[in-house]
Amino acid sequence: MELYKLTIHEAARLLDRREISCTELTESIISRITDVEDRIGAFITLDIDRALAHAKFLDKLGPAGYEKTALTGIPYGLKDNICTSGIKTTCASKMLENYVPCYDATVYRKLKAVNSILLGKLNLDSFAIGSSGETSYYVQTSNPWDPEKVPGGSSSGSAAAVAADEVMFSLGTDTGGSIRQPASFCGIVGMKPTYGLVSRYGLVAFASSLDQIGPLTKDVTDCALVLNAIAGYDAMDSTSANRPCPDYSACLVDDVTGIRLALPREYFNSCQSDEVRSQVIKAAQMFEEMGAVVEEVSLPLSEYSVPVYLMLSSAEGASNLARFDGIMYGYRPDGANSPEEIYKRSRTEGFDANVKRRIMLGNLALDSGKFKNYYLKAARLRTMIKQELDKILGKYDIILSPTTTETAFRFGVIRENTLDKYKQDICIVPANLAGLPAISIPCGFDSTGMPIGMQLMGKAFSDGLLLRVAYTFEQNTDYHIKRPMLHRGDVNAV
Amino acid sequence: MRFETIIGLEVHIELSTSTKLFCACSTAYGAPPNTQCCPVCTGMPGALPVLNRKAVEYAVKMGLATNCEISEFSRFDRKNYFYPDLPKGYQITQRYRPICTGGYLGVESEGCLRKIGISRIQLEEDAGKLIHNEAEKVSLIDYNRSGIPLIEIVTGPDIRSAHEAVEFLESLRLIALYTGISDCKMQEGSLRCDVNISVKPAASGSEYGTRIEIKNLNSLKAVRNAIEYESERLKVLLSSGGCIIAETRRWDDSNNVSEPIRSKEDVQDYQYFPDPDLPGVYIDRGWVEEIRSGLPELPQTKRRRYIEEMGLSEQDARLLTSEPYRAYFFETCVEECGKPKAACNWVTGPLTRLLKDKNLSFSAPGISPAYLAGLIGMVDKEIISYTIAVNVLSEMLDTGLDAGSIVEKLGLRQIADEDMLTEIVDRVLYENQDSVRDYRSGKTKAFTFLMGQAMKASKGKAKPELLKTIMERRLDQL
Repeated sequence: MELYKLTIHEAARLLDRREISCTELTESIISRITDVEDRIGAFITLDIDRALAHAKFLDKLGPAGYEKTALTGIPYGLKDNICTSGIKTTCASKMLENYVPCYDATVYRKLKAVNSILLGKLNLDSFAIGSSGETSYYVQTSNPWDPEKVPGGSSSGSAAAVAADEVMFSLGTDTGGSIRQPASFCGIVGMKPTYGLVSRYGLVAFASSLDQIGPLTKDVTDCALVLNAIAGYDAMDSTSANRPCPDYSACLVDDVTGIRLALPREYFNSCQSDEVRSQVIKAAQMFEEMGAVVEEVSLPLSEYSVPVYLMLSSAEGASNLARFDGIMYGYRPDGANSPEEIYKRSRTEGFDANVKRRIMLGNLALDSGKFKNYYLKAARLRTMIKQELDKILGKYDIILSPTTTETAFRFGVIRENTLDKYKQDICIVPANLAGLPAISIPCGFDSTGMPIGMQLMGKAFSDGLLLRVAYTFEQNTDYHIKRPMLHRGDVNAV
Repeated sequence: MRFETIIGLEVHIELSTSTKLFCACSTAYGAPPNTQCCPVCTGMPGALPVLNRKAVEYAVKMGLATNCEISEFSRFDRKNYFYPDLPKGYQITQRYRPICTGGYLGVESEGCLRKIGISRIQLEEDAGKLIHNEAEKVSLIDYNRSGIPLIEIVTGPDIRSAHEAVEFLESLRLIALYTGISDCKMQEGSLRCDVNISVKPAASGSEYGTRIEIKNLNSLKAVRNAIEYESERLKVLLSSGGCIIAETRRWDDSNNVSEPIRSKEDVQDYQYFPDPDLPGVYIDRGWVEEIRSGLPELPQTKRRRYIEEMGLSEQDARLLTSEPYRAYFFETCVEECGKPKAACNWVTGPLTRLLKDKNLSFSAPGISPAYLAGLIGMVDKEIISYTIAVNVLSEMLDTGLDAGSIVEKLGLRQIADEDMLTEIVDRVLYENQDSVRDYRSGKTKAFTFLMGQAMKASKGKAKPELLKTIMERRLDQL
């Protein structure tokens, strides 16, 4: 049996019945990585020995030796902007090439506590700024469905590794769609929880008011399991929500009767691909047939969401990245003779062009002469966009839309067409601006065989309901079962 | 031409919370470098700030004590700039929504009370400390100070002289000491001050002159000297038709001069914006009232009470209140003995001097105020003389015993027995017949000498007035 193909819930059942051992499961994953990592390029840091040792240790202890949860013994990967003590956390940058944190991010601490097995750190757009996965300093991740195409970003490695069965799940971070967009491009489930549901402590911040950590998994059931493990109040994060979390697995009910779905006209109209649009509309019709209420709505402020997002995320990003100046943190150039020279050369040589562009944009937004017209105006618009979404979500349970306006594109396209590609984020950035939960799940394939994702967005802290509706769709379709052909062993899988 | 000097202050006071503003690290002074820091206060990638409630309480205390409005909603902002002592590349401070606004403090100047406006009090974090090693040509950074809570108190342009500035700072310092929000040790940098100063012709109306900022003054003396120097420099410049450039200057304490650091033209843009890591703070009115009712009597009120109710002089009242523990000692002693003047004389006189000699302080004097009251009572009842009492007090401080025990133990009770004193006087007169002769030939100095001898013979215990009466009588009888 090819254990690496299993979902978490399937593997957990086998581990539970002791039909397989942690070591067997981890070895299977490792051999899969050996087979396909050259083609995928998902990892920045891969620590096979550590993972194997951990698995063997668990087997040696036996089930009585540790507390068992669904994630115990499950091999996974972390986006490389989540701090792991003793393991390099590079943010896919030259700037942090040698940065080894001395503390654990809260999510990593939680996964350690349930004895999930960390395989390594996954690739991303440098400092999580980007949406194609092309700006890593280390490795180019490619889309498991087509080596010519991007995996999406910024959680490029996190999405591709799950889609290629190199990990059983991963954590990514989502500032303006960075979990959902690559999940959609790679044909897997990716969720941005409600802002404040998952602690950001230990996540190297891009834009603090927008960043959120979330799961990337093979199906919705797994997504709920991972969310169960990482959600919850953290006194170390002042923006963390101090409220009880439900058991998200218990939310998974195959029933959408009476659920009200809103389809925003503006989101659908922005679709560049008719196939994407029609596939999501097909999904909406399916929900309707299953007893949901589906209606078209209008969100007139949608056109402002991407510019507002760019302005605010760049402003916060410019400030958050200021600590990388070669003094305490970040690349220190040789032969610099003054603090000013260290600053200049550290930042010139340590950041890539994409990051520098956003820092410059952010500094522009914060410039005291322009602050009122740029940052403050964007902040006000953000509030208005949130109010507009809250109003719709007062009448409807869920806003349904495509995740992205087209399927994965070819490498290099974004460099030629940066502004145009920014606009593709119209369906995904509103959830970040308003702090709402949103999930992307597979809902079909286009004529070239690339996966299409659809997004469900809900009220703040309705994460459980999102999972339920996504689960219902999944139970009645088989898009999530399809896996890309990467290796001769994959032939039977399709 | 007559000139007017306009001064505004920005005062930084380090709060004496036991932990830092946004993390649980200790704020204790003097630890080895970089032993009191963590991912949060060293700005490690991914670390997040969590606000210290005590620091908010302390800022509110200062606000209440200086008649400020306490904001119902307050927020933190980032001040972005690069400096090696600033690990995050920004300082967390309060630009847009400070905790307190619109207060004032009355300051006595040339016999009248002047109101100095306080435009805002904001909470912010301190930076690390740079240590330059010239010999090895390296600079080191100690992050123990990074993240220690400060309040910045900003006054209006209401101060007119160095004297007023110093009075204002002294008042702030005392309030901080009495409310317990800071130890205000200037030598440890826990009270620092920036001075904004401008000079204009007295007749020129309400238009201010060009403003100079003098940064980082860390003693009252430096504040006084810097203001006097700078206002004189500006007056001379104006009188000679010179032009004043808006600039930031530093004060050179050893040479007593100010010198420019940078002109305001290349003023930095700090790109302030609300810190997204910290949600706004809603300050509950009930909590504010709780803090208000817990405030101690403030030094100015105390001083007025000492003068009006206890009949002390202005100078004594100032001396007594110049340290909270001294005022506490004094007041408790008065409660016990009911004699404010005597208690004041003892506390400001012998007790202060003896504590200093013995390296003690009013915060841990080694005796209770009730013991001093007991001592005052014994002098009052003429059980011991004042001179003896001072020695007894010294003994009390050394042993921790009360006055009665020491007087008994050392047999210091005053001699008021006429027969005993007559016997002593007679012996002295017999042994000093030369002096007796001098006295009779009209040399009054001889009397003083004989009295001294007699007091010595009584080991200082003779009741002075009685001894004198007997001495006079016996000399007359001879």
